[in-house]
Amino acid sequence: MFEEGVFMSQFWDWFITISTVLGILACFALIILLNRGSAKPDGEVKTMGHVWDGTLEEYNNPLPKWWLNLFYITLVFSIVYLILYPGLGSFKGVLGWSEVAEYEAEMAAADKQYGPLFEKYKNQPIVVLAKDSAATQLGRSLYMTYCTTCHGSDARGIPGFPNLRDKDWLYGGSPEAIEMTISKGRGGMMPNAVANGLKTEADINSVTQYLLGLSGSQHDSAAAIEGEKHFKRICFVCHGMGGTGMQALGAPNLTDNIWLYGGSEAKIRETLTLGRKGKMPAHGEFLGEAKVHLLATYIYSLSLDN
Amino acid sequence: MTGTETYNYKVIRQFAIMTIVWGIVGMAVGVYIAAELVWPWLNFDIPYLTFSRLRPLHTNAVIFAFGGSALFATSYYVVQRTCHARLVSDKLAAFTFWGWQLVIVLAAITLPLGITTTKEYAELEWPIDILITVVWVAYAVVFFGTITKRRIPHIYVANWFYGAFIIAVAILHIFNSLAIPVSMWKSYSAYAGVQDAMVQWWYGHNAVGFFLTAGFLGMMYYFIPKQAQRPVYSYRLSIVHFWALIFTYIWAGPHHLHYTALPDWVQSLGMVMSLILLAPSWGGMINGMMTLSGAWEKLRSDPILRFLVVAVSFYGMSTFEGPMMAIKTVNALSHYTDWTIGHVHSGALGWVALISIGSLYYLIPRLFGRELYSTKLVEIHFWIAMIGIVLYITSMWVSGIMQGLMWRAVNPDGTLTYSFVESVQAMHPYYLIRWLGGVFFLLGMLVMAYNIFKTVNSSKTAKINDLIPAPVLAH
Repeated sequence: MFEEGVFMSQFWDWFITISTVLGILACFALIILLNRGSAKPDGEVKTMGHVWDGTLEEYNNPLPKWWLNLFYITLVFSIVYLILYPGLGSFKGVLGWSEVAEYEAEMAAADKQYGPLFEKYKNQPIVVLAKDSAATQLGRSLYMTYCTTCHGSDARGIPGFPNLRDKDWLYGGSPEAIEMTISKGRGGMMPNAVANGLKTEADINSVTQYLLGLSGSQHDSAAAIEGEKHFKRICFVCHGMGGTGMQALGAPNLTDNIWLYGGSEAKIRETLTLGRKGKMPAHGEFLGEAKVHLLATYIYSLSLDN
Repeated sequence: MTGTETYNYKVIRQFAIMTIVWGIVGMAVGVYIAAELVWPWLNFDIPYLTFSRLRPLHTNAVIFAFGGSALFATSYYVVQRTCHARLVSDKLAAFTFWGWQLVIVLAAITLPLGITTTKEYAELEWPIDILITVVWVAYAVVFFGTITKRRIPHIYVANWFYGAFIIAVAILHIFNSLAIPVSMWKSYSAYAGVQDAMVQWWYGHNAVGFFLTAGFLGMMYYFIPKQAQRPVYSYRLSIVHFWALIFTYIWAGPHHLHYTALPDWVQSLGMVMSLILLAPSWGGMINGMMTLSGAWEKLRSDPILRFLVVAVSFYGMSTFEGPMMAIKTVNALSHYTDWTIGHVHSGALGWVALISIGSLYYLIPRLFGRELYSTKLVEIHFWIAMIGIVLYITSMWVSGIMQGLMWRAVNPDGTLTYSFVESVQAMHPYYLIRWLGGVFFLLGMLVMAYNIFKTVNSSKTAKINDLIPAPVLAH
């Protein structure tokens, strides 16, 4: 119905333009007309002659001069502004300004100013840069700007968003794997009970008990034996026969007692029942190669700490 | 006929008392959520007590329950007494009272349950929206019906403002609330994307412009001249600022959507109209203030008049601040920060609440035929309220500007100097001060409630002057 990027049809475009101009002119007319004949003769001030509710009356003092001037100034400013900037419908304004162009100009200026700082590290291997404190510091600044919302300012994550300091990697912890994760993004996908074929509450419970046992927690061992059968029929496809996971798919290791969505009995049951969908957004296009390289450097350097 | 006929005071008494009750409830919820920002554990992990659910309860309670009841009470009083006519229908007036109270109770139940349209100041779901519409139409019939049976040829200026408020709020409410229901308590907006945002802020800013401004200007035009016993300063100024105000306000909404997906031209229009709004707003302030010329000394001895006049000065202050914040470059700093919260409360506490409180102190003794229990307590209320407002708005100015500056600060490498959580941490002391400000303001309301309780229950009865005067044939 509408063309792309068109907020309203042409009719409304004109409707608004005309009513804006008429509206501003009407404001002018209003103050000019009502200011006429306001020169007050000397002598006593009279009210308008109407009385409401016993005592309510009105004087008719002239419009204060300073106030009138203020009104005129804002009206004149508005007209000038609407000539210079977009405002009257499809008229783009004499200056040709647009929000998008201003954004692009600012981003280009920033790239020009800051770009070289990052570019110079682009071709150095991450294993080397990880020991260069200037490079990791830059990476850390980037991390604090772009990553803390999900992974936290200490990089220890929150449920659903992985801890980046624990050396347990969903998609691999090599410099290349980290860089790939940041650049292209990742999508984790744990199917829910309908999709994964755990048909009954008892099925889900037995697998829950098996997983608790697998990671060394308190569990019901009788149920766990039953659960193991389901695991080796269904879950092994992604998590492997031993439950140690598969980095190519981002399927977590289930034996290490590190849990992305929580390792309590209730949380494991929730994961098995409802499934999970993890999403690491792709940053390559948005940040550019050089910044992604430094971010990967910083994340990799965290795994070198004790 | 006249000479024995009386005004309908019953519905005004009901609304006046509920104004105080809802004021205390709404402000108490505000104080509680302000405390949650200082001590987040105060939500006790109970969903009904989380900030996200109580915040709309606070805004709805103070705007529509407190402010709304004050507007109903005063407009019914003013329209009768300045038209020399009884409300056109007592039954319909009673319906607006009970209907409006039902709306408030339903809001107080559904919002904590998480039932919301997510539109700010229009969170109530579609069945309640329909009820609001019905009550509002009844209100319009009562108000304009009374105007048509007036015994005085000229319509007093206060009624222009009440009338504009009633008509504009009806239009805003109906068009912003258009939605497609999918179940009893869930609907989807009839508009999509940025058009939905535009309609929402066309409504949202005019909830301020017509509900919280035009209606309360009606209050100003009656209670200030009455309490000061002076004529209104300038008839012609009231004409100019009335028409300019209602024309311009309706355009100002886009300034809530600067630097968003809203097309550039709409943003520009919103900005210039917000700037033009400065003079019409100040026209109202001048007319209220200058009505006191020749009677300034009354401010020293009369705390009720002081409430009314200080309200007008806060009105002037926030209507200067508003147009400034609507300028795009200023908005780039102030938007999304606590500055906006400070601005809103300088209007809400300073203007809306103070003018309502002053009007109620004038009104209630007259409605109940009693002497006001204690002028001293009004004096105390005034100063407690003043401390509360100053603490509130200054802390939010400082924290808002600090927030804006922290968010835009960049390192020599172009990355952000502060993470978001660091800016939150920096807000903590100001949140504490803001909470204290709220506590003071609420305390003042409790003092008022005590004073009014003693007034209404006093055995000293005075005569209730609710007789409609005989028509004046010539003037």
